Amino acid sequence: MNTFTSIPAQIEDFLDAHNGPSRRDFLRASGLFVVTTMAAPANLLAQAGAPAAAPLGAGPYPDRDYRQLDSWIAIREDNTATFYVGKTDLGQGTGTAFRQIMADELDMPYERTSCVMGSTDVTVDQGGSGGSDALQTDGYPMRRVAAEARRVLLDMASSRLGVPVAQLAVVDGVVSVASDASKRVTYGQLIGGRRFNVTLTGNNVDATTGQAKLKPVQDLKHVGQSPQRYDIPAKVTGALEWAVDVKLPGMVHARNVKPPFAGATLQGVDESSVSALPGFVKVVRKGNYLAVVFEREEQAVQAVSKLKATWQKPATAPFPSSEDLFKYMRSATPTVSNQPNVAGNLDAALSSAAKVVEAEYEVPFQGHTAFGPAHATADPRNDQMTIYSNDMKSYGLRNGVAQFLNIPRDRVRVVWMDGPQAYGRTAADDAGFEAAFLAKEIGRPVRVQWMRNEETAWDTKGPAYLVKMRGGLDAQGNLTALDYDARALDHNHLGYNEADTVLIAQLTGQRKTTPARGGASTPSHMYVIPNRRTAGQVIGLPLVWETPLRTGNLRDPDGPQVTFASESFIDELAAAAKADPVAFRLKLLTASTDDDSGFKRARSIAVVKAAAEKFGWDARPSPKAPARGDVLTGRGVSYAFRSQTVVAQIAEVEVNRRTGHVWVKRLVCAHDCGLAINPEALRRTIEGGMLHSLSRTLHEEVTFDTEKVTSVDWVSHPSLRHADTPAQIDVVLVNGDPNPNRADLPHYGAGETVCKPLIAAVANAVFDATGVRLRRIPFRDARVLAALKGAGVAT
Amino acid sequence: MSAFTLRVNGQSHTVDVDPSTPLLYVLRNDVGVRGPHFGCGLGQCGACTVLIRGEAVRSCVRPMSTVQNAEITTLEGLAKNGVLTPVQQAWIDEQVPQCGFCQNGQILTATALLAKTPNPTDAQIRDGMNNTLCRCMTYYRVQAAIKRAAKAVAAADTNPDREVRA
Repeated sequence: MNTFTSIPAQIEDFLDAHNGPSRRDFLRASGLFVVTTMAAPANLLAQAGAPAAAPLGAGPYPDRDYRQLDSWIAIREDNTATFYVGKTDLGQGTGTAFRQIMADELDMPYERTSCVMGSTDVTVDQGGSGGSDALQTDGYPMRRVAAEARRVLLDMASSRLGVPVAQLAVVDGVVSVASDASKRVTYGQLIGGRRFNVTLTGNNVDATTGQAKLKPVQDLKHVGQSPQRYDIPAKVTGALEWAVDVKLPGMVHARNVKPPFAGATLQGVDESSVSALPGFVKVVRKGNYLAVVFEREEQAVQAVSKLKATWQKPATAPFPSSEDLFKYMRSATPTVSNQPNVAGNLDAALSSAAKVVEAEYEVPFQGHTAFGPAHATADPRNDQMTIYSNDMKSYGLRNGVAQFLNIPRDRVRVVWMDGPQAYGRTAADDAGFEAAFLAKEIGRPVRVQWMRNEETAWDTKGPAYLVKMRGGLDAQGNLTALDYDARALDHNHLGYNEADTVLIAQLTGQRKTTPARGGASTPSHMYVIPNRRTAGQVIGLPLVWETPLRTGNLRDPDGPQVTFASESFIDELAAAAKADPVAFRLKLLTASTDDDSGFKRARSIAVVKAAAEKFGWDARPSPKAPARGDVLTGRGVSYAFRSQTVVAQIAEVEVNRRTGHVWVKRLVCAHDCGLAINPEALRRTIEGGMLHSLSRTLHEEVTFDTEKVTSVDWVSHPSLRHADTPAQIDVVLVNGDPNPNRADLPHYGAGETVCKPLIAAVANAVFDATGVRLRRIPFRDARVLAALKGAGVAT
Repeated sequence: MSAFTLRVNGQSHTVDVDPSTPLLYVLRNDVGVRGPHFGCGLGQCGACTVLIRGEAVRSCVRPMSTVQNAEITTLEGLAKNGVLTPVQQAWIDEQVPQCGFCQNGQILTATALLAKTPNPTDAQIRDGMNNTLCRCMTYYRVQAAIKRAAKAVAAADTNPDREVRA
């Protein structure tokens, strides 16, 4: 059913008509480019959504005007619609969800729609992906423009059929006279292949709107259904053209040669060590940036190890070893100390508390460690620069490259294509710059790809955290005081696609004068605690630039670290109060209702209760009574929110006290993100996000000595595996809105909130099973066994 | 440089490359298939998996010198005449992939596993798939899809009118 074929003529014509000359030119020049197609015309159009077929545009590539309806929606004569949106889909099915919400507002069958995403010359700039905002923020302009298109089409139908709009009905893209269904006209007949020429309003793309109002959510037909994700078949058959697959005439292959020591200075390169090798094109050097370029990929790979280069180590160690990381963090002078957020009188409350609990939690650096190393292909021909990339922020990549290479913005475009999961600020940003830089140097299309050791060692890291917590309980076990004090190793936190902070910019000496400030984040819960203080400091490492320990956003950038500490500590307090962990949390959530945060608090209560109910929670204090045998079992709860999405999770674990091995046997997640657009896709997003955090809980840690990162592959940097998979995962989709049937029930984000509570849920379950509190991730067997032995629990 | 002949998804290809070249690069850059991906180049992750005589083979660590005249099936070669295999169909029914970049390895490793063990236990699935990694962590759905595919094959075996293979 799936075959390789050229873009069908009718789609090419359609895209020509709609996108103007640049699309026409690149399609015509693209004999080698193919897209997946399926038999039915509507599916065929849907599959043509991937804008991969795009070499050699004549350019320039001006920005798409978000205030023009035609920038968002095109309708063809055969009554099919294509939506153009400025987001990227990292594999959570957002593209499918965009089609659902837009088809609903437009009154089109889902099957007759398609979606084009994230390529800078054909879609409006909605920023690409990030912050789980695809539906929460960007879904609204999408809905409004689709509603506006429907309004305009009804006006056109009114003229065509000679009856007022009020007497028209529209079903599945067909407008008919309510009193006489034989009088009808399709959207395709009204506008097919032609422009709307309707101007929209809004001061920014998020505010884009027409005159039409959104439908009440009760009237949405596709929303709440779970059509299968349209991107999956091509991923299962091998038909998908990924960013790694781009091949261009005259393309050469580049590999970076990274400094062997962090902070090393490149002193000399002996080009003759590789110039006689087959396929040699060039050795490119600028500052400390070094790359080899060859005709064939394997030739470039081989040349990396053969190239003779002389590097000088820095005068001082770039960083402590990972064994000494937390010792360093305790003693380092902060680069930033946030003004603490204070309520009540913490010191007085702690000194008058019946019981004071203190604990300290440690989270090492953890990486994105993309499954396929960073890559991009850049085409410098025709005095343009086209970059084929899976970078989730394609628009930022375009702007950054234009600035970095001093090329006018409208001569740079980024064609977004599928790639290995991004989940934040990854080295995909860097690879895009490197490909463009090398393509400009060489004057030929260049494909660059990092190797595994490069990706695992040099990819952007999630900041390490050291969190100290203190809490005070009164004689009745009420939490009266809570002190949170975090140190985050986050000095010079990277932005996205900044021309002066991407790795190649740093290595070539193009730096900001002032490093980015970085941040130390605080917990996100709705607990009512009368006396509290939250404080944060940012710590830096000696080596600020050109470092493999550069930090950047990693899927819910600080949430897993912060919530590991805060929700583990709530559990420690519950244990000290001899209270059931769920009841202890519910008591904190219901202690007051007299502030203005009732909305999120009500939804917090709802998810905690829903998770406990689904799990079959047995109310009792932790830990469990001591058990016999090698394998101990326990359960732990945790809860957090991110923006407006609230989540409670319960983990059930088995801890082998002979080996220290932890298996999370069952996970329950109660998840409230408001209106669920595609519940089945949402469930899988939740499952994947939880297991991603589980991998961080059990396995992941960036290790380094005082010269370099030493975790460089899947052995030295382990990740979750099939054997770790829970036997059961239950996801409960909750609508805890105090007015659950409201007509404007919002659709909030998903994808990141679930990453927050998971680590603490597992830690709390391990404590429940064993009575041993683990305060440092990852919970690898040796670390757990040592803790169990220390507590006399090991067998 | 040396000449090598491969049969990939039933079609013959001759290439002239260094004998140490990993099969993966030849498949991707000379034969032009997109199923096998570069993930680690170390045989650790499974992204580059292909089938050779029904065995799941990691093409990133298989030099061309060892695959002269080999019959290779890639992800693209599973479906015959547009009909998906039970494993592929199960992957769609279960909506397994997130980003999908690793799924070539998941699908082909599962295909080889089911060919040898048509009705695997949970432990056999976990064990057989354990060295095939996924960074979107779709393992839960991969395992469900393998069970689903095994059931579909078993059901087809009792129905002589249908020809289905894993």
